[in-house]
Amino acid sequence: MDILNNILAGQIPMELYLGVSLIMFFAGIYGFLSRRSMLMILISIELMLNAADINFVVFNRYLFPGQMEGFFFALFTIAIAACETAVAIAIIINIYRNLTSVEVGTLDQMKE
Amino acid sequence: MQYTLLILVLPLLSFIVLGLVDSKWKPKVAGTIGTVVLGIMMALSYYTAWEYFSLHKINGIYEKVIPMNMEWIRFTEFLHIDLGILLDPISVMMLVVITTISFLVNFYSLSYMHGEKGFQRYYAFLSLFTFSMLGLVVATNIFQMYIFWELVGVSSFLLIGFYYTKPSAVAAAKKAFIVTRFADLFFLIGILILSFYTKTFDFGALTAEHPTVFAGAAGATFMGYGVISWAMAGIFIGGAGKSAMFPLQIWLPDAMEGPTPVSALIHAATMVVAGVFLVARFFPVYYFQTPEVLHGVAYIGAFTALFAAVIACVQTDIKRVLAFSTISQIAFMMVALGVSGYEGQEGTGFMASMFHLFTHAMFKALLFLGAGSVIHAVHSNEIKDMGGLRKYMPITNWTFFIACLAIAGIPPFSGFFSKDEILSASYEFSPFMGGIMTFIAALTAFYMFRLYFSIFWGKDYVVKASHGHDDHGHGHTPHESPFLMSFPLIFLAAVTCVAGFIPFGEFVSSTGADYHIHINATVAIMSVVVASISILVATLMYRKPTATPDKLASTFSGLYKGASNRFYLDEVYLFITRKIIFNSVSRPIAWFDRHVIDATMDGFANTTQWVSVKIKGFQSGQVQQYAYVFLLGTLLIAALIIIF
Repeated sequence: MDILNNILAGQIPMELYLGVSLIMFFAGIYGFLSRRSMLMILISIELMLNAADINFVVFNRYLFPGQMEGFFFALFTIAIAACETAVAIAIIINIYRNLTSVEVGTLDQMKE
Repeated sequence: MQYTLLILVLPLLSFIVLGLVDSKWKPKVAGTIGTVVLGIMMALSYYTAWEYFSLHKINGIYEKVIPMNMEWIRFTEFLHIDLGILLDPISVMMLVVITTISFLVNFYSLSYMHGEKGFQRYYAFLSLFTFSMLGLVVATNIFQMYIFWELVGVSSFLLIGFYYTKPSAVAAAKKAFIVTRFADLFFLIGILILSFYTKTFDFGALTAEHPTVFAGAAGATFMGYGVISWAMAGIFIGGAGKSAMFPLQIWLPDAMEGPTPVSALIHAATMVVAGVFLVARFFPVYYFQTPEVLHGVAYIGAFTALFAAVIACVQTDIKRVLAFSTISQIAFMMVALGVSGYEGQEGTGFMASMFHLFTHAMFKALLFLGAGSVIHAVHSNEIKDMGGLRKYMPITNWTFFIACLAIAGIPPFSGFFSKDEILSASYEFSPFMGGIMTFIAALTAFYMFRLYFSIFWGKDYVVKASHGHDDHGHGHTPHESPFLMSFPLIFLAAVTCVAGFIPFGEFVSSTGADYHIHINATVAIMSVVVASISILVATLMYRKPTATPDKLASTFSGLYKGASNRFYLDEVYLFITRKIIFNSVSRPIAWFDRHVIDATMDGFANTTQWVSVKIKGFQSGQVQQYAYVFLLGTLLIAALIIIF
């Protein structure tokens, strides 16, 4: 009841934010493990990264209100995630050109 | 006298440069560099000798000069290995001998080795040899000497095996290396025992007039003899290996497989006297601490001299005759050291040994270079292919003749003076020893003149008609060698004529004090008479082709056959190594190596392989599978952290 009251009063508690990020993170893990397409796996990775970003921001906001490190770190992570996506897509395109498939199961040359 | 370092550095540089560029430079360039460097070193050595003998005499005694000495490896305060230069009469004398002969041989080889494959390599090895030999003689301590001693062995190995496509040369090189290396093992043991008890490697401390370093070994004995005796015996065995004393002489005759100038330089004049030099270097130790070993040296020397002289009488390969003669003459030097006393006139033997070393180096190099000239002309080593060559090769003939007179001990040639001193020292030691040495001197005169007459007189030279083409571009008749080859012959012959008149005793003696050479009239007359008779016999037998040699050979067929086969010593060695050592030691060890040590190692490898095959399945290449394992691992660690 406390939580509901707080929400209604315009004060969203930290646990809710963390709950959202937890759901996003495990959704990402689930996607990473179960999806066959590399593009979907890439999206899952982004999901996990974003979950981490939310955590940074939330902890900064609630635990260290006077400071900015968490926000900036989140910005950093977003930038790096963008770069990482670009690289990953380039790799995926190359894989497609060579194997005419983006199925992750067909990529088992790594064992050699 | 810091510049003496240059004498060591120059040949090393020459070796490195010539060895690195190898065939990139023309043979002529390499040869010129090698020869010019040697020429500079010869000049430097002469200058060193002049400066040393004129300036460093204090109170009538030549002092030991150490221009430089640096500590290389330090074990304890007393026991450290130094590298340095020690100049004393014998090392300065050796510097002169080595650089002179080396220069002449380099010079001679320009023509003799002309057109050979690997000409540059040959010059590089010659420089290496000169470097190591010089390092050996100027060593300030036993360990430095041992290092250069091994280097000398290596360069000898490389040069004997110069014609490495010829199986006999390869076998000879291997034999020389293994036999001398075997002897060097005893040398090393000797060094270790000596340094263990005396706590020093330094020659200065070991050979001092009143050494204090032997106090520690006073009571220590092993099997009835003092430990120092064992050490000095071991060191002598090392010297005997290099100097081809019985029974380690088997490598030297085979070493003649190398190019003839190499035989002249290494296996006649310089390297093989390293053993004599070693005993001379340690002479005070032998004389004062271990006289029994010194007497052993004398007896082994006498036996070797006799043994080699007998074999030399029946060999038919001219280089082998010279090789056995070398063994015999080196044994002479050993005998002289063995019978020598220390001070004053008693030190005749020491002086005589060094004197003989000096004169022998000159005339034996001359003999070998002369033999090379003959071989160059007739393309054969065998006596039967020669004869009557005096008409074709006058210079070689005359210089060879002078060298033969010198080695036979006929005045006024150099060999007479030194050999006479050795004989009188032997008579002073015991009449028996003197008698044997005189007999060997007679044999020497006989076999040398047998050789001389067989090459230059005897039957007329048969010109080979069906020779096909000639790759040297000259006619089929033998011819005198070119100037490059005849100049060293003439030079050495001139030295041989005058070297006997050098007042050698004033320069080199056991104590460093002056020694005045007295020609012992009785001994001198007797030895000259005996030598003359031998020469006469040889003249009668070999000057004209006669049936006498064959008749004698059949009369003493046992002795003749034995001597021709070098008294089957090589066969004995083969029997001992192949049948006894190989079967009873090497094969069991080889079995152990293969079935125990190798098997253990194979076991490790096989186990590793088996395990890796078993766990190969984990590495599937499926990214998601890895991620799954990763996740589980993370969860596990998280759970553990939460629980504990």
